[in-house]
Amino acid sequence: MGLVDATQAALLLLVSGDAELWGTVGVSLSVTLRAMLIAMPLGIAAGYLLATNDFPGRRLLIIVTQGLLASPTVVVGLILYLLLSRQGIFGELQLLFTQTAMVIGQVLIALPVLVAFSLSAIQGADPRARETALALGAGAPRIAWTLLLEVRFALMAAVCSAFGRIVSEIGCALMVGGNIAGVTRNMPTAIALETSKGDFAQGIALGIVLLLVALGINSAFAFFQGESRR
Amino acid sequence: MLRLLLAGGILLGSWLPVLAADVLRLATTTSTDNSGLLRAILPQFERQHGVQVQVIAVGSGKALKLAESGDVDVVLVHDRRAEDAFVAAGHGIDRRDLMYNDFVLLGPRSDPAGVRKSSDVFDAFRRIAGSQVRFVSRGDDSGTDRMEKSYWQRLAIPAGGNRWYVSAGLGMGEVLMMAGEMQAYTLSDRATHATYSARTGLEIVFQGDPRMFNPYGLIAVNPRKYPQLNHTGARALIDWLTGPAGRAAISAFRPHGEQLFFVSPGN
Repeated sequence: MGLVDATQAALLLLVSGDAELWGTVGVSLSVTLRAMLIAMPLGIAAGYLLATNDFPGRRLLIIVTQGLLASPTVVVGLILYLLLSRQGIFGELQLLFTQTAMVIGQVLIALPVLVAFSLSAIQGADPRARETALALGAGAPRIAWTLLLEVRFALMAAVCSAFGRIVSEIGCALMVGGNIAGVTRNMPTAIALETSKGDFAQGIALGIVLLLVALGINSAFAFFQGESRR
Repeated sequence: MLRLLLAGGILLGSWLPVLAADVLRLATTTSTDNSGLLRAILPQFERQHGVQVQVIAVGSGKALKLAESGDVDVVLVHDRRAEDAFVAAGHGIDRRDLMYNDFVLLGPRSDPAGVRKSSDVFDAFRRIAGSQVRFVSRGDDSGTDRMEKSYWQRLAIPAGGNRWYVSAGLGMGEVLMMAGEMQAYTLSDRATHATYSARTGLEIVFQGDPRMFNPYGLIAVNPRKYPQLNHTGARALIDWLTGPAGRAAISAFRPHGEQLFFVSPGN
């Protein structure tokens, strides 16, 4: 099948509401959204604590976080695989090759991004916001809320960046998810499989959806970044 | 910086194989590669003919597709019906039976579905379906996948879509690891199982049915369709593999003291 035919077939799949195709899209979005729901509060809270508190080992933690930004997802996948495998420490939970395993992997990949971005966002916040809140006699939660609200656009940019990284990630998802049809097959692993089967139409159709999601997220990222610099 | 990159590029380039004519691209099923067969026998051919064989290990379906679009020079696959169709359509020439092994049905030692008591391969598959114990399928359109699907079809059991039926979409080695983790049943070629058995802990629960016979064929991509391909190299590889040196090398490949591939009689 030529590229033109395959693309035509792909467009047909997209508009005809192909169950397999949209099922795969559903797995991707459901796993990534769940991962974000867990990673967001954790990552932003950690970023906030690192930005506003001074304690021994703080600098080391910041360096480690920024180092982890570059962590290859396949290495995250490998470590998680070893932990979740039958012989691993958490083997009894039988989580390998489940969506839960994929969610855990994506949380681990998203966390450094969220921590590092929200750390620098909060550090870059106008110090007057904090001082004003303090002067008005606000308690710690109130101060945190004021500060986070002040840098909300930079935080949204962090969220978009993390989302973009994990929704298109394949290494870890393939290793701990196992690419099981209808269960752990998400967009990236499905594209790799369809290409290896020579079934390019499904691959192209999923590629279009993934590209649109990534484009949307990155446009949002650019928008929020622009807003945060105003 | 630029100069550094340039120097790095030249250094890297000098390590890469030289001319395209010296490279032969072989698309093959994962079993010949995962089992270590090709790594064991091809260096001898490469030395004798001064050719570097680049192995692209994918499922049989994909291997034939690569050959059809002229991305490789020669294929080594196991799906007789697809191979004949491939030659009939004019994509390949000179199909030769190279070797065979057989498929084995694997499962956990405890054999929860009682497959060891099966009378034939269909009975074995019926027991698995009846027990609802998980079965991991390749699900990647490979020769093994098509063989497995043909059993379900003969039994008129619509396996796909059941909770116990895991369609993995992975290569043989990965599926074996997965079946080991899940303590599930799976169908494998004997060669890959032998390579992985120590890691998976899976055991052969059924074997020996003539319908589990697994012949491998060797086909050169049609040079009239793609004149720019390395047909001379493809021809040399086919002649060498089916000749005395290749046959001896295949028979001598016994990774754990067990012969995994048997040369086809009369080639």
